[in-house]
Amino acid sequence: MTRGLVLDQELQNELGVTAAPQAVRDDIPTFWVSKSDIHEAIHLLRSSIPAPYTMMYDLTAVDERGRTHRDGQPPSDFTVVYHLYSFERNAYVRLKVALNETQLSLPTITDIFPSANWYEREVWDMFGIVFDQHPHLARILMPRTWSGHPLRKDHPARATEMGPFQLPDEKQDAEQNALQFRPEEWGMKQEHDGLDFLFLNIGPQHPGTHGVLRIALQLDGEVIVDAVPDIGFHHRGAEKMGERQTWHTYIPYTDRVDYLGGVMNNLAYLTAVERLAGITVPPRGQMIRVMMAELFRINSHLVWYGTFAQDLGQMSPVFYLFNDRERALGIVEAICGARMHPNWFRIGGVAQDLPKGWDRLFRDFLQYLPARLDEYDRTVMRNYLFKKRTKGVGGCTVKEAIEWGITGPNLRACGLEWDFRKKQPYACYDQLEFDIPTGSTGDCYDRAIVHIEEIRQSLRIIQQCVDNMPGGPCNAEHPLTTPPPKARTMHDIETLIHHFLGVSWGPVIPAGEAMVPIEGTKGNNGYYLISDGGTGSYRTRIRTPSFAHMQMLPLLCRGLLIPDLLAILGSLDYVLADIDR
Amino acid sequence: MMSNLYPLLIIAVVLFVVLNLAAGLIWVERRLLALWQDRYGPNRVGPFGLGQIAADSIKLFLKEDWIPPFADNPVFVLAPAIVVATALISFAVVPFAPGFVVADLNIGVLFLLAMSSLGVYSVVLAGWSSNNKYSLLGGIRAAAQMMSYEVFMGLSLLGVVILAGSFRFADIVEAQRGMWFVIPQCLGFVLFLIAGVAETRRLPFDLAEAESELIAGFHSEYSGMKFGMFFVGEYIGVILISATISLLFFGGWLGPVLPPALWFAAKTMFFICLFILFRAALPRPRFDQLMSWGWKVMLPLTLVNLLVTGAVVLARR
Repeated sequence: MTRGLVLDQELQNELGVTAAPQAVRDDIPTFWVSKSDIHEAIHLLRSSIPAPYTMMYDLTAVDERGRTHRDGQPPSDFTVVYHLYSFERNAYVRLKVALNETQLSLPTITDIFPSANWYEREVWDMFGIVFDQHPHLARILMPRTWSGHPLRKDHPARATEMGPFQLPDEKQDAEQNALQFRPEEWGMKQEHDGLDFLFLNIGPQHPGTHGVLRIALQLDGEVIVDAVPDIGFHHRGAEKMGERQTWHTYIPYTDRVDYLGGVMNNLAYLTAVERLAGITVPPRGQMIRVMMAELFRINSHLVWYGTFAQDLGQMSPVFYLFNDRERALGIVEAICGARMHPNWFRIGGVAQDLPKGWDRLFRDFLQYLPARLDEYDRTVMRNYLFKKRTKGVGGCTVKEAIEWGITGPNLRACGLEWDFRKKQPYACYDQLEFDIPTGSTGDCYDRAIVHIEEIRQSLRIIQQCVDNMPGGPCNAEHPLTTPPPKARTMHDIETLIHHFLGVSWGPVIPAGEAMVPIEGTKGNNGYYLISDGGTGSYRTRIRTPSFAHMQMLPLLCRGLLIPDLLAILGSLDYVLADIDR
Repeated sequence: MMSNLYPLLIIAVVLFVVLNLAAGLIWVERRLLALWQDRYGPNRVGPFGLGQIAADSIKLFLKEDWIPPFADNPVFVLAPAIVVATALISFAVVPFAPGFVVADLNIGVLFLLAMSSLGVYSVVLAGWSSNNKYSLLGGIRAAAQMMSYEVFMGLSLLGVVILAGSFRFADIVEAQRGMWFVIPQCLGFVLFLIAGVAETRRLPFDLAEAESELIAGFHSEYSGMKFGMFFVGEYIGVILISATISLLFFGGWLGPVLPPALWFAAKTMFFICLFILFRAALPRPRFDQLMSWGWKVMLPLTLVNLLVTGAVVLARR
């Protein structure tokens, strides 16, 4: 049909002739499936075909009503998009369902993939698409009292577009009433065998939740009968902002999604943008990117390490680890100018070449950190009480983890050696040597082991980057590289015009769709981008690991005690912005 | 006339020393923790940050003393008073130097144990009267923890009592002229140290407070000086346990050259610092682990210690 069409004859045969393939810019086979067939199609891919797609990677929707470039796609007002992932094939598949504005409903797939639960709720919340037979189709990110569905194109993006805020008495009463805790609304029973349960509200302001997260606990004594996370307090509409900003000016927003991940977010976003634009970053740019991304993986893991120990009541490690992080941030500051949110990668490369003497900074850090890590092994990991608190707590099997969409260190802790840096190498990871640490039981202790070993592996990667940094330019020679190369702007009018437009409007990325998931600090992070041939994205979908991890929390903590819940929360390594976006 | 005033003088000195030391510990603890945690701690107010003590005290006194409307008012007010009162009364039997003691009871050790057992009421009552689920959980944890640890706390001291043949602190100290009891009662010392940390409800036994789980546990609803009372009560408890350890196991005021009171102070201070070091170093166990540890490991060990000590003393006769 058109360029970029991935023909997967086997899948086509399995899905039948009614499934229409679509051209995309990534290499993910994409099929349009009718509303009546989707449940069966997903069931088929999940269990009937050889090498099945066992993970529901992402589920989202697109408001297509304003889209102009839909060449060859079936008519659709709202499209629900399913991303499945097969570990055996090491491949994704994308299924799309076209919906008419007047009939926004389709069958739920929660009976096939339990992890679809939150994703379908999010789609309902953001687009108003109903999933029939969903067990609990309620708002998840927006407040219960919100009216409208924010990711629809006709919903305002800014507060200034919404008219002045008013809070009449009746509205205030209604809001207050909505805050009342009624266990039934959360899917919990008040009593069992004539005995009342104790309901404990953890958060949104609680020292153990690492941010504005709320968990409603149903307790029998101190034993957790059920836990229901309430998320959305940190929701800032990052996806909606993606539709408002230009491709270039959205980069700083990505920094703040996994706010401990810094440029790692830039990398996830830009890899997808560059796939859309067809840009290849030169080797030096790739290597610099990998080096900085790995430094941020270390940063993120250091914070995780310290706060995890603190959740278990160990007071000191957090100070040591923040001191170490301070050194890493010092390097980030020297190179990028900013610290937590450096906003430093650019379309086609990085903001600047490395400053003079950059390798000294890294070499000092590479010398410094391993000895410290050994010391923390002695004080934390080998501590008797620490082991007692974490071993055998909050474990899960590989099968359960995959079923719930767990990725990253938490998946590896269960014993599956799966790292997207190795399995689907992006940037220059194929040239670097590193090991994939794994655990065996997936409990809190194994998660810790995997995280800490990953710090060591990241150091190894950085060492290789420092030793083998290629020369040459760090930004791509491409018309869409932003900011555009300036060297020749004063020599010919054509370059000047391109430069002016690229800077003032931003680059125009060709129409198409792409998603290039990467191994983020906390797991698989993917930006599913749709370009309608404009200076900004038509739809930016951010698939974050923490969202899936948090959804699994009730499963991990049932039957355990409150202190175990805190241990599990600490070990899961999430940040709230990464959950709520 | 003088003989009437002398006990009052002792009381005044004991109160002065203990209360000031308790306040001073705010600074000591924060500075020591900071030292061990690669940071500075309070170093801005006055020389070495010592003014922090005054600043903190003023802050606590001037803060709004708020009693939540849902709390059980009389009990809520009573609870913090109990913790300070029991800890201070315990000091009545603690000799600071030969003859320098408020009440030289012949059952001093028992009195001290009894008083510190009463102290737990403050935590349980505070947790209960706050009418807050976190406080309640903290209070229940405290009760469970005390139940498991009081038992062997008392028993772990009996070895010392057997060796000295007396419950009176002064007698026990004098009995250590030849050798500190920490040597024959090594196990008893370790057991009492653990029970002592549990008794003061400090890390790693701060389950009733457990800030990362229960916000602030039993004192979540307290503010101002009522919170301050818990604060001070905890420090007095630390001083008390440290003083007890140095009296019962490390020869109290015995020591060469320096005056007895200084020796006693130095030994006590050492154990206070040890308490702070525990807090800096250790994570917190889960309360079911703590209790099973208490009943299944510590209690049998204390009994063994007691039996062996008794047998040895009998055999030597």
